[in-house]
Amino acid sequence: MTISLLLLVIFILVALGYTIGRTRAVKRFRSAERERRPHSLPRYYGYLVALYTLIPALVVIVLWGLLESSVLTSMVSRQLPEDIQSLPEGQLKLVINDIKNLAVGNISSSNSDPIRMEAADHFSGLLSKSRWAKGIIAIAAALLGMFFGLRSIAPETRARILVEKAIMIFLIACSSLAILTTVGIVFSVLFESLRFFGKVPFSEFAFGLHWSPQTAIRADQVGSSGSFGAVPIFAGTLLISVIAMLVAVPFGLMSAIYLAEYASPSMRSWAKPLLEILAGIPTVVYGFFAALTMAPMIRGIGESIGLTVASESALAAGLVMGIMIIPFVSSLSDDVITAVPQAMRDGSLGLGATKSETIKKVVIPAALPGIVGGVLLAVSRAIGETMIVVMAAGLAANLTINPLEAVTTVTVQIVTLLTGDQAFDSPKTLAAFALGLMLFVTTLILNIIALRTVRKYREQYE
Amino acid sequence: MNDQRNTTEIVQASIKRRYAKEKRFRLYGLIAIISSLAFLAMLITTITIRGLPAFTQNFIQLDITLDQKTLGLGDEPDISALRKANYNGTIKNSLLAEFPDVTKRKDKKLLYKLVSKGGQYDLQKKVMADPELIGESMTVWLPVGDDVHTYLKGDVDITLPEKKRRFKDIQVGWIDSLQENGQIAKRFNKTFFESGDSREPELAGIRGALFGSMLTLVVTLALSFPVAVAAALYLEEFAPKNRWTDLIEVNINNLAAVPSIVFGLLGLAVFINFFHLPRSAPLVGGLVLSLMTLPTIIISSRAALKSVPPSIRDAALGLGASNLQVVFHHVLPLAMPGILTGTIIGMAQALGETAPLLMIGMVAFIVDVPTAITDPATVLPVQIFQWADLPEKGFVEKTSAAIMVLLAFLIVMNALAVYLRKKFERKW
Repeated sequence: MTISLLLLVIFILVALGYTIGRTRAVKRFRSAERERRPHSLPRYYGYLVALYTLIPALVVIVLWGLLESSVLTSMVSRQLPEDIQSLPEGQLKLVINDIKNLAVGNISSSNSDPIRMEAADHFSGLLSKSRWAKGIIAIAAALLGMFFGLRSIAPETRARILVEKAIMIFLIACSSLAILTTVGIVFSVLFESLRFFGKVPFSEFAFGLHWSPQTAIRADQVGSSGSFGAVPIFAGTLLISVIAMLVAVPFGLMSAIYLAEYASPSMRSWAKPLLEILAGIPTVVYGFFAALTMAPMIRGIGESIGLTVASESALAAGLVMGIMIIPFVSSLSDDVITAVPQAMRDGSLGLGATKSETIKKVVIPAALPGIVGGVLLAVSRAIGETMIVVMAAGLAANLTINPLEAVTTVTVQIVTLLTGDQAFDSPKTLAAFALGLMLFVTTLILNIIALRTVRKYREQYE
Repeated sequence: MNDQRNTTEIVQASIKRRYAKEKRFRLYGLIAIISSLAFLAMLITTITIRGLPAFTQNFIQLDITLDQKTLGLGDEPDISALRKANYNGTIKNSLLAEFPDVTKRKDKKLLYKLVSKGGQYDLQKKVMADPELIGESMTVWLPVGDDVHTYLKGDVDITLPEKKRRFKDIQVGWIDSLQENGQIAKRFNKTFFESGDSREPELAGIRGALFGSMLTLVVTLALSFPVAVAAALYLEEFAPKNRWTDLIEVNINNLAAVPSIVFGLLGLAVFINFFHLPRSAPLVGGLVLSLMTLPTIIISSRAALKSVPPSIRDAALGLGASNLQVVFHHVLPLAMPGILTGTIIGMAQALGETAPLLMIGMVAFIVDVPTAITDPATVLPVQIFQWADLPEKGFVEKTSAAIMVLLAFLIVMNALAVYLRKKFERKW
């Protein structure tokens, strides 16, 4: 029984539970005397029965899903011959993986030994039995729940209160998912990073000047030890982000000032959405543009004035990234600038200042905390931006501040380390998680500071 | 008295300079906007110019004889024999018949390159549909090879010395003579929309990626919409002001600014390595993207809920509705347009997202069109990323064309969001 079929059956049962519950409530309470009026409307009794049906079935399915794999694995491995069972844990795992793949049909069965074939047959037999058992037990649980639900239909049952409580629990659970996600992120990057720092000391990672994560597959190969000094990567990320901000801040800020202070309402109404299109274009498109148009263009210009420019220069990636961030800076600063009270402008203009003087001496200083917050958010976005740099920046970790050379960034390294074929617990893949941890912590700190500043600023004028 | 005149004079003297400054400042603002928009225009035009040729394909008209000997078929071929028959041979024969004076092996090889490798599949499809064709002669239009396509597009510089280009003089001669006879025609490129990925640029299509994107978005929507609306309802309507709800709010705001690639790491570590869900599947992609879009949808849903005036709530409460009835019968329906707008914008963001999907292995080379959410699949932006990396020149235009399709979808989605907002916008 497949999971989708099972869910469909459960769904039908739930709908059935609702209908029966509701009609029964209608029938039972129609003849009731005035003193025994039911607590809730009939449909709440229907909802209640539906919940009684749904929840036990879901509990069964979830519990089964959590336990199934480990129970089945231990059952299969107990059936294996002694010599396989006594293998070290890692190899045993491989054998069992083989068996599972055989059973599902992921690998062809022609070149496997009979023991594994037999175990695979055993496994697939168990698997189909387990699926059937799961389906039957889940449906039984649903029916049992429905039975109890129907029994509980009585005028005293406070159906609406119970249903509303259940809905409330669902709402709270959904909103707590945000915390769960953060916890999930922290744990998933933290655990793998700790494993990485068990293999490579933190001091080497944080202060080492040489990054070449290519570890050999066999330990005795020449040059097998990769080196994991992340300073060149951090420097590269910083360089590209600085270039991006050098583009984004002046252009974004000036656009925001113009739109907020000078532009006519009609111009504002078309220019603002047009600018925001820049923010809606997928980053992979910017990456393609940076690699295919911007980089050759910059190279051509550089060579025509006698400079050597790498084909994957930091400048190309940084420029395009800066353009991508312009609307981000401009819409945040626009909000902040329009929030500055008109009275402050009027005061300055009344003293005889020109409009630009008012903006420079009054509006911008008043809006500064908000603008800084916006810029910090933009920096965090530049640091975490992936596709542009993956497509337009280099892979080699050069320690340089020359924007015409190729540098690499944290995100580029994460992508390259994790998209190759490597055993999951090699230092190479673990290094990606360590970089991910650095990325997460940096952006988190920037975001918290930025959001605090923006919020404080808002409170000041509200 | 003297002092005052001095002040006036000073102001008078400086006023020209100050006005000039004012003008300059205003100009800087205008330049900033214009150059940003100019960049936008440049981006879109270069991609359109590059991508447009990919929507058409050139075909060669050939007389093909489907004789049994060349095809390598017996008298009563079964389906598998029909599938494996040597259609390429018949194409080669007909090319040789068209240009009988080609005899050298090297030239023959060049001649065979005129027709795309996809030509044999077209023939195969025709014959499989109607086995009676075997032994007959017929006139067919077959797609041209990649090099010919580039040449016909005008991208081959034939003034270069022959050794420096892939497209040789002799091929130019053949194509020109075919063109004179009207044996070359340009048509709409159906392959691009009907086939999956391929290593041959002229056979590669976006159907697989489109379906992958669709399945992923369906999963994303199914997960993120109910959860986000529930979370927004709780936070906006019911949540008491305490530490827990404060923590939730800080978390949501932070998650909205976490780099998307970090969500990919989460997906890799939790969904794939811990829960053992299938790699490269739209299911996992959808899970990751829904976690990523949740904050966006929650934040805009909360704004929509907040804009419903309290008088609605008071009226419903006054008539005896319970708190949940007030919310579900009155507030939520009134806030729905705003929530839907936010959801569409979140979905558009998810549709264009690439980085987290790279982490969960959606970069594999997948030819088949996915049909279920557990099939290995790729999505449109990832397909663009993969094609952008390939060295063949033909893929540049395919990539640009795929970008055009992606942008078209995004424009439609955003236009829908704007339309919804305009149509249902209500001033209380």
